[in-house]
Amino acid sequence: MSNQDIEKQEYNITVYTENQIGLLSRIAIIFTRRKINIDSLNTSPSEIESIHRFNIVITESEEVVRKLTRQIEKQVEVLKVYYHTNEDVIWQELALYKVSTDVIAEKVSVERLLRENGARAVVIRKDYTVFETTGHREETDNLINILQPYGLIEFVRSARVAIIKNSEGFNAKLREFERLEPGEEVIENEYLNKGAKVFTM
Amino acid sequence: MEVAQQEILNKTAEKETVNILGSVALLEALIAEGVDTIFGYPGGAIMPIYDALYDYNDKLDHILVRHEQGGIHAGQGYARTSGKVGVVFATSGPGATNLVTGLADAQIDSTPLVCITGQVFAHLLGTDAFQETDVINITNPVTKWNYQVTDATEIPEVLAKAFYIAKSGRPGPVLIDITKNAQIQLFDYEGYTPCNHIRSYRPKPIVRMPYVEQAAELINKAKKPFIIWGQGVVLGSAEQEFKTFVEKSGIPAAWTILGAGAIPTSHPLNVGMLGMHGNYGPNVLTNECDVLIAIGMRFDDRVTGRLDKYAKQAKVIHLDIDPAEIDKNVKTTVPVWGDCKETLPLLTALVEQKQHTAWLNKFRGYTKQEVEAVIHDELNPTSGEMTMGEVIKQLNDLTHGEAIIVTDVGQHQMVACRYAQFNNTRSNITSGGLGTMGFALPAAIGAKYGAQDKTVVAIIGDGGFQMTLQELGTIMQTGVDVKIIILNNRFLGMVRQWQELFNDRRYSFVDIESPDFVAVAAAYRIPGKCVNERAELQGALKEMINSKGSFLLEVMVTKENNVFPMVPQGCSVSEIRLK
Repeated sequence: MSNQDIEKQEYNITVYTENQIGLLSRIAIIFTRRKINIDSLNTSPSEIESIHRFNIVITESEEVVRKLTRQIEKQVEVLKVYYHTNEDVIWQELALYKVSTDVIAEKVSVERLLRENGARAVVIRKDYTVFETTGHREETDNLINILQPYGLIEFVRSARVAIIKNSEGFNAKLREFERLEPGEEVIENEYLNKGAKVFTM
Repeated sequence: MEVAQQEILNKTAEKETVNILGSVALLEALIAEGVDTIFGYPGGAIMPIYDALYDYNDKLDHILVRHEQGGIHAGQGYARTSGKVGVVFATSGPGATNLVTGLADAQIDSTPLVCITGQVFAHLLGTDAFQETDVINITNPVTKWNYQVTDATEIPEVLAKAFYIAKSGRPGPVLIDITKNAQIQLFDYEGYTPCNHIRSYRPKPIVRMPYVEQAAELINKAKKPFIIWGQGVVLGSAEQEFKTFVEKSGIPAAWTILGAGAIPTSHPLNVGMLGMHGNYGPNVLTNECDVLIAIGMRFDDRVTGRLDKYAKQAKVIHLDIDPAEIDKNVKTTVPVWGDCKETLPLLTALVEQKQHTAWLNKFRGYTKQEVEAVIHDELNPTSGEMTMGEVIKQLNDLTHGEAIIVTDVGQHQMVACRYAQFNNTRSNITSGGLGTMGFALPAAIGAKYGAQDKTVVAIIGDGGFQMTLQELGTIMQTGVDVKIIILNNRFLGMVRQWQELFNDRRYSFVDIESPDFVAVAAAYRIPGKCVNERAELQGALKEMINSKGSFLLEVMVTKENNVFPMVPQGCSVSEIRLK
């Protein structure tokens, strides 16, 4: 158990799919069936017409993640699944903060803190102001802590979106999928000649 | 109405459109896919389809079952014996939810099905309308694919996809939910085009020669190679390719219960059954072989026993069509992804012709021990109450391995799979992965429709029979010829066996009373007989086999017999117990 915990880390799972009603549920139950919590889930149209992209973040061992990705890829409307550690992706979350405009106007320090944290005002009204910031979890969390003493009214954070560092996009891949023959790509067998090491419970 | 059907064919052949109902388009799709038999049960939300079916009765044989679960199990039996896609109709709500057990069974046993459910009008979806249930979401985890049709124009394309998905790659069940408005909607039908490509769906991974070569190299170097095969050989129609591979390589081969019959039971290289109640040699020697060649099987826990003590010494070659199966349970040394109908001949070409005589004799040595300790007394008792094994043996003597044997779940299933003789592929029909009690009777009905020229014998326990015995009504009404053997030990035997062995004989709710089964059969106008005495057994089996039409034979067997050998749960396959 402890051994498994050490191996666990955040993985970013990227799923390219057809735009199909119900697919979100089919993908979600692959995680819930194994009692795996989804830390973050984002789904939106990709750069390619009619293709959707899911970004799913979970904390698991690589072995579990690999098995999950193969199960997801088995879904008829899923084109391709990739998984990456945080080091392999550039990722951001967007956060919105609503604070009282009076407080901002009165306290010069707040304005400075906001600037220091890279926040920008999205809406300024008489009664409240909405700031926006993007960044990693720690960064958006940090601004919550800063604003809390000044009466943070409401806060919301988006799911994570991640760009894969080592990726040439999906356009070429899609053309391959549109052909009738099966694709060349196969995950390499990392266990070849590892003998006794390859067995687990 | 015959004229109307001809008009549909003529016009679409001329590339003209013809204005038809969604429900008619559905039936046209089934005919275009070569469907001849449907198992179903009507109801409110599927009535327009049944209305259309009234005019298609000569082309589509609809079997009215007594419960939707019976319908889907019959569809499974049909698919498993015929190799075709089983088709099932059910209405919305309870009709659809009654399919769920069968869908789960078909999903885990990779059985190709297309299930059509009626659904409430599209404008009523989500209103808790009468007999509305969210069947798409209920069936998500137990279908290979599902889809809700709310517009008739979608029907031809969706049905084409449904059949393609159900039967291609690793087969599985597909459910299509059709709202009532789509069934009664007229639209311009352009004819039916079968589907052969979906860009997001890869039924077969590409075959990679380097891995085939690595596999052949391992096999050629092996001193104690061992083949374990599963249903993939059957689903891939690769029985001949498999037999050639086994015979050229000279490697002993053992089967999972769903793989039984892919090569005959009597084949000299067939060393028996794997798993919890499998044969002694195949289990023990799994932990002694140096190369384990798994073909179209998925290392189910009932086959592997304790995984961290499973074939640790061996290099593992895994042939499978489903990439998700590779390394899922047992880590593979060389994965050979692909349809075994394609990969086996490639492998056969590269392996050396060999005989592993000493190694094969080792299996035979274990067989001898097992015969002495278990099999002989199970099959040839001369005193005391009858055993399940002797019934199977006597049946073998009458059917000579040519019958299709359909089993339910429990002790009788293990005994039947262990001892029944199978000369032919697609002749062992059982609920393997899900272990669905109540499977056998309806599955046997479907099995007969899928293999009309074969004798179909359902072997069922007294518990499982009572789960779906209403399907005797289907047998009565259709006159389908199914021989039914109830092995009655007056217990839920497998659970009792576990309670005896692991729970200090604390028999908790396994003592089950049964009605007079012969009288129940008689009420359905099915002849039957109950046998209590060994002396009557052979005669009664003969009477059953020779009877025209269905027959129910109840055999009273000894109450507290255990199925051995047994790999206790949590133990390694080599810790298999003979008693």
